[in-house]
Amino acid sequence: MTRALSDLERILINRLQDDLPLVPHPFAALARELDLSEEEVVGRIRSLRDDGLLTRFGPFFDAEALGGAFCLCAMAVPAERFEEVLTKVNAYPEVAHNYERDHRLNMWFVLATESQAAIAATAAAIERDTGLKVLLFPKEREFFIGFRVTA
Amino acid sequence: MSLDPKDRTIVEATQAGLPLVPAPFAVVAENLGLSEAELITRLTRLKQDGIIRRIGAAPNHYRLGMTANGMTVWDVDDAHVDALGEKVGALAFVTHCYRRPRALPDWPYNLFAMVHGETREEVQSKRTEISALLGSASRAGDILFSTRILKKTGMRLRGKEA
Repeated sequence: MTRALSDLERILINRLQDDLPLVPHPFAALARELDLSEEEVVGRIRSLRDDGLLTRFGPFFDAEALGGAFCLCAMAVPAERFEEVLTKVNAYPEVAHNYERDHRLNMWFVLATESQAAIAATAAAIERDTGLKVLLFPKEREFFIGFRVTA
Repeated sequence: MSLDPKDRTIVEATQAGLPLVPAPFAVVAENLGLSEAELITRLTRLKQDGIIRRIGAAPNHYRLGMTANGMTVWDVDDAHVDALGEKVGALAFVTHCYRRPRALPDWPYNLFAMVHGETREEVQSKRTEISALLGSASRAGDILFSTRILKKTGMRLRGKEA
């Protein structure tokens, strides 16, 4: 799964978790600092992305500021029903992410809809479909983070 | 903070990513029939309004070997949860941190902090650091390791006609 990273790749992974300037040549300052050409910097970033070490490059939007509604949800799914319930839950296009976790509440998913009302309606539909309770954990406050992993 | 139709077109054109070329905004602007300067001006305003958080890339934790992912959860005194949440969010190894409502009696926890690491042991030791920071304001805590990604689709702004 993993491959050895060069020092340059580590620097690039770390620096791309910061914010690049909104200027015509956003990689120019980074290239100067690393004593490389812009093409070399862009090429290395492209290979990190193509190898799956970086996800997409671009603007990161505040999903709620764009007008959508989001809610973390959890369900306690009996082991023998897990695959059946999973198929039903994942069939909803409103289910954006879904993780299995090692807890009595073993299915954790995020609903992404156009409105708050659609969150409640989708959760209710999943409850009807599965016969299981859906617990809603809407974000009340986000604590901002120095969002970075040291590669 | 409302988006006019041009902003919406820009969001739709860039949410899957920017081209990895030395002048990515020029390419996007040309595709949209805008000048590079207007695109950059509009993106700058979206950033000032908080709609864009940053321009960059996100690491893939799994591919970087950070395969252990623990959602640490805490029952923190309501009088202290916001001040402590700020401190937990500032820890370098916490990648997301939220206050959420409890769901009693099923769920007593109101502070959620996501921790990634190369091993579960590493995540557990980071959890101990969070516990020390919270001190007696946290009455109970738990950790939920993810065992499987069941679905992962990117967030997408739907087109107006959708």
